[in-house]
Amino acid sequence: MTFLNYLLSGISLGSIYAIIALGYTMVYGIAKMLNFAHGDVIMVGAYICFFAVARYHMPPVVGVLAAMAVCTVLGIVVERLAYKPLRAAPSLAVLITAIGVSYFLQNGAQLLWTPNPKVFSSVVGTGRLALFGGQLTVSYVTITTIVSCIVIMVALTWFTGNTKMGKAMRACSEDKGAAQLMGINVNSTISVTFAIGSALAAVAGVLLCSAYPTLVPTTGSMPGIKAFTAAVFGGIGSIPGAFVGGLLLGVIEIFAKAYISTQLSDAVVFAVLIVVLLVKPTGLLGKKVSEKV
Amino acid sequence: MKNTKKLISFIMVVTMILALCSVSALADGEAFKLGATGPLTGGAAIYGNAAANGAQIAVDEINAEGGIQFELKYEDDAHDAEKAVNAYNALKDWGMQISLGSVTSAPANATSAENFADRIFALTPSASAPTVIDGKDNVFQMCFADPNQGGASAQYISDMALGSKIAIIWKNDEDYSTGIRNSFVTKAEELGLEIVSETTFAAGNDTDFSVQLTEAQNAGADLVFLPMYYQPASLILSQAAAMGYAPKWFGVDGMDGILTMEGFDPTMAEGVMLLTPFNADSEDEATVAFVEKYQELYNEVPNQFAADAYDCVYALKQALEAAGATPDMTNEELNDLMIEQFTSMTFDGLTGDGMTWDSTGAVSKSPKGMVIENGVYVGLD
Amino acid sequence: MKTKKLTLNKNVRMNFVTYGVVIAAYAILQTMVATGSISSSLKGMLVPICAYVVMAVSLNLTVGVLGELSLGHAGFMSVGAFTGVTAALALQGVVASGPLRLLIGMVVGAVFAAIAGVLIGIPVLRLKGDYLAIVTLAFGEIIKSLLNNFYVGVDGSGLHFSILTNKMAMDETGRIIINGPMGITTIEKLSTFTAGFLLVMVTLIIVFNLVNSRSGRAFMAIRDNRIAAESVGLNVVKYRLMAFVTSAALAGAAGTLFAMNYSTIIANKFDFNTSILILVFVVLGGLGNMLGSIIAAAALTILPEMLRSLQDYRMLIYAIILILVMLVTNNAQLKSLFSRIIPHKKEAADNE
Repeated sequence: MTFLNYLLSGISLGSIYAIIALGYTMVYGIAKMLNFAHGDVIMVGAYICFFAVARYHMPPVVGVLAAMAVCTVLGIVVERLAYKPLRAAPSLAVLITAIGVSYFLQNGAQLLWTPNPKVFSSVVGTGRLALFGGQLTVSYVTITTIVSCIVIMVALTWFTGNTKMGKAMRACSEDKGAAQLMGINVNSTISVTFAIGSALAAVAGVLLCSAYPTLVPTTGSMPGIKAFTAAVFGGIGSIPGAFVGGLLLGVIEIFAKAYISTQLSDAVVFAVLIVVLLVKPTGLLGKKVSEKV
Repeated sequence: MKNTKKLISFIMVVTMILALCSVSALADGEAFKLGATGPLTGGAAIYGNAAANGAQIAVDEINAEGGIQFELKYEDDAHDAEKAVNAYNALKDWGMQISLGSVTSAPANATSAENFADRIFALTPSASAPTVIDGKDNVFQMCFADPNQGGASAQYISDMALGSKIAIIWKNDEDYSTGIRNSFVTKAEELGLEIVSETTFAAGNDTDFSVQLTEAQNAGADLVFLPMYYQPASLILSQAAAMGYAPKWFGVDGMDGILTMEGFDPTMAEGVMLLTPFNADSEDEATVAFVEKYQELYNEVPNQFAADAYDCVYALKQALEAAGATPDMTNEELNDLMIEQFTSMTFDGLTGDGMTWDSTGAVSKSPKGMVIENGVYVGLD
Repeated sequence: MKTKKLTLNKNVRMNFVTYGVVIAAYAILQTMVATGSISSSLKGMLVPICAYVVMAVSLNLTVGVLGELSLGHAGFMSVGAFTGVTAALALQGVVASGPLRLLIGMVVGAVFAAIAGVLIGIPVLRLKGDYLAIVTLAFGEIIKSLLNNFYVGVDGSGLHFSILTNKMAMDETGRIIINGPMGITTIEKLSTFTAGFLLVMVTLIIVFNLVNSRSGRAFMAIRDNRIAAESVGLNVVKYRLMAFVTSAALAGAAGTLFAMNYSTIIANKFDFNTSILILVFVVLGGLGNMLGSIIAAAALTILPEMLRSLQDYRMLIYAIILILVMLVTNNAQLKSLFSRIIPHKKEAADNE
């Protein structure tokens, strides 16, 4: 039973990583940039939801929607101001700009909302389900997280596979120049990608803080890095890859703590990652791209 | 090359703008220049800002009285030794005569060595690692050192027979937490306390505690010792509640502040015991006045960092008055006077009565055992 | 043929300009220190600036010349800092001369960082692009996590090591050097600006000679087209490893220099954020442009200090400046706008 409990904790943690990783992977796949500010958009989303619910006593659903709305706008604005002018620039320049945006959001949040930790109250309550006569317990937050993660993954897969905009996104991802020649508005496609990625970040922020309720301006940065790791682990750019990578990373992290050493768990997690990449150099579900000379 | 040139011109413009910004408030020689570094930004910002606010209140009160005048300057060190030394040097350029050291231990290890070399007296509010004062005759602490806390906690648990099977969860990449844990374990072995589970967490890995809590529960721990700051502690308490695990909890002074977190459900902390020198709910006059003023100015309840920094300024005032020091003295002169005063004086403050310092710079004061009942601290004895 | 000769000359000229700028900066600053006309603030930053310059130049070798994104450069700095300082501290009382101990420390730091470079270089060689970047990131995190649980003591019989626990079988003369998360707290401050300057010069000599050699041309061939390079018979594995290990060794020496400037050093200092900071220096200064790296490292180390008067808004303004600089230097429209404002820039833009 202890094993199952650990497995559940791992899946719960992993699904949060997975939702963040989905946002990363979307943006990477289409805009070909590592958006290091993604973790901080998560933090902004969590703050918006916190203020809506705790300060202005709105129902949690409104809080989540408000967070999604604000983050979507934030994502689009950041993309317009900071990333769009660099569309033709080398990808490293955009990476550094993203880091600048990340610093900006963190320090801005600190000035606006003080560095004092806020305690986030879960949007789905703190209740839990007891299974097998109480030996195995699952909190509602865990269930919500896992379900939302699966729903988002399926929805994104459907969206990119079947809608016009989704197809435009895949076309941009393959070849921007050719996509433009085919009449696809590359700029607006990328903006939509950022909007979706940021809305996902808001959801991830709310779920992250529902499961682990302390909220500070640096809340998003470490989950952001872990999720980036997860996205690469699964094969960056691949939607099912981000999902699998996130889940596995969460489970490995919990198991490393439980069965190896809490002191060295981070080292173990990253060592596993390196080993996996040695065996599968493009991640678990990444596409093998053959180079042309 | 072109980029390089552009970079240079950009930096130069910024430099010029900034050069125009610098201003000085008081002329030299009228007030004692107190300098300090602390994390005003970044993950540890809450501690640095609390200390800066607490010290500022004390300075404003003292300046309003009209006697000794202080000018206080807090510089940001972002909880990093390198930036702390930069901040320290900026304070030296400003003309710092006496220092309030650094707020957190890792930067304080670096700045206290500078204080020692430059002969600038330092009284740190909250850098509690023993290495901060070790071998430095002019660096003093207002908080009690980590080993004292760990030892005192073990003694307290043993004396009061609070638990027979103890679990410890500590942060193994932080000197504060590790220092207390090490001394707790040493003392616990001496006293024959049984430690059944020891688990850790680290920065970046400090959100999910399900493994640590499950291990403690499976080991049958009836008391969990939490040598850490209140932010991870609040996560541990809420996750334990979610698991239905309810041992006795025992914290240290870093736990203080847990009740003031916005949105925190105080029932989570019901029955948590902690050793702390400061209690914002205390009813003595000085504390009530301080807490009121703090709330009015900063809109939150002060924690022990604020109280320690407040005490630091008052202790310095007392020492400066007793020594008959004047603001036109050099930092070397003040340094010698302060060492002499601090090793002989007794100070009463918010964080303890009858505090004394020995020549190593460590303070002697006794922590108070507190338990949280119905959302407020109640004395344990 | 003619153009090739011209570019070569241009490279050599550029290298001499770089040496000249570094020497001139050293001469000016050293004079200021000698005459006491330097602020404590700037004086305190001289050694860290040298360390960051070496870090930036060495990372530029990996990122700019070899063309591989590394997110774990601080890991090598960490290895160098901890091993180098341990060596210097263990030799206290054995080697009397401070500068000599610093030198030994830097060499030890460089050697251990190079060993780490080989260990991490082997898996890195199998990967490309962002997968390679994530392995370097993972490596940095592993180093940090291990060092946080690593204890080293020294006594009459030599060095003692322990992992996870601080209990070591030492005699009564034993003292702990590396104390897990508390790091090293008893460092002698041996680093000086002159030592830093010399390390920068050595780094530049090594990097320029490497880049302008047969190997250097091989690095760039591999960067521009790996398959083509392979097909003309270049040993890609060998050259990539060579650049990577050189970069790691220099970072190790910089780590020792950096650590020996403070009385204390902890493993958490060398985290992901520090790796990123160094990457920012490299990208801002220009990929493959060593002088750019030097200036960016110095400028971005000094900038937050100059912003201190802005108090709470300091880091916010820093972030805005960073974003603006990236936009101005990389966006074609803004670039031309700038060159219209400052006329002589236009020629430079046309020439490039």
